[in-house]
Amino acid sequence: MKRSRRQFLKVASLSVAGLGAQLAAGGMTQAAAAVKPSYKKNALALKAKRWAMVIDTREFASKEDFDACINACDTAHNIPQMPGNTEIKWIWKDAYDHTFTETTNKYQSKEVEDREYFMLCNHCENPPCVRVCPTQATYKLENGIVAMDYHRCIGCRFCMAGCPFGARSFNFTDPRPYIKDINPKFPTRMIGVVEKCNFCVERLDEGKLPACVEAAPGKIHFGDLSDPESDVRKLLDENYTLRRKPALGTEPGVFYII
Amino acid sequence: MYNSKYVISGLVIFLAVFSYPFWGNLASKDYTGPKLSLPTDQKQCIEPVEFMRAEHMTLLNQWRDSALRDEKRVYVASNGATWETSLQKTCMSCHTNKAEFCDTCHLENAVEPYCWTCHVPPKGNE
Repeated sequence: MKRSRRQFLKVASLSVAGLGAQLAAGGMTQAAAAVKPSYKKNALALKAKRWAMVIDTREFASKEDFDACINACDTAHNIPQMPGNTEIKWIWKDAYDHTFTETTNKYQSKEVEDREYFMLCNHCENPPCVRVCPTQATYKLENGIVAMDYHRCIGCRFCMAGCPFGARSFNFTDPRPYIKDINPKFPTRMIGVVEKCNFCVERLDEGKLPACVEAAPGKIHFGDLSDPESDVRKLLDENYTLRRKPALGTEPGVFYII
Repeated sequence: MYNSKYVISGLVIFLAVFSYPFWGNLASKDYTGPKLSLPTDQKQCIEPVEFMRAEHMTLLNQWRDSALRDEKRVYVASNGATWETSLQKTCMSCHTNKAEFCDTCHLENAVEPYCWTCHVPPKGNE
């Protein structure tokens, strides 16, 4: 049997079209499966326009006062205890002249100068870390929290250079071996990403206050800065407070009652 | 034809080797997927099995972006049930055996997801 080129092309094109249609139909039924995802906020979630923290530094005297908060944060977020100078810091303490670099006074109150102060990410209103991040791994949420998406972090450390508060730490090694008890409800981090305090966004979503606030009742306060009736605003009204490095214009969200 | 003895036998050998995947497969047993250890206390996943099998990675990416970027941490499934968008808290609380659930399929398909460099597999598995 001899076929002309024309006949061959007719049969070939028809069979290709048929095959294509079948694949498309099969593919459709498989992939679509009528799943329409939708997402919503947790009904328990605490809401605020601008989260802020007020630390009553007068209440922190002994090592135990500080350790309670630090331990609560460490266990909640799987923070490793790194040896040497590769330390990972979410919340830590330091001296007066390291905390308030712009306000040192030759004739400062001795008591205030000798006190130690908590430091953590300030969750700035104008966060330099967010501006310099090339992958948007660090970003600002609508409620003012500066968050990290570790899936996107490429470890370039621009954010560490951008942050004037030294609130970011780099994972030089795999942190897992340095975590005593891994909390199975929170991820660890991996080698080569930058990490920092997240104001416990994952806890706020469950209707809980941040771990350090819960560990120090009455000593650290947390609330909505945009609401004049909130606890934090009342405390700011009644007490003399400082913020770190105000001249830089980053507008920190952490206030210190002195 | 010159050297027809060699050319033809060479061709036969070439064809035999070249077509081995076809007749080799005809002779062999049918392929069966890996056996997974499924949760005993749950009958149904958050979505139908076919969807989860084909699209779980897409869903996990959506969960990640929804939770981290939009702060929406509740997933409403197609049957109306709600779930927390969390790999560790939701997925791994049923699929407690990573080695015999995740890994068996991923090994079979030569897929190496790097979820576990950060996310913690359930304790019962270590």
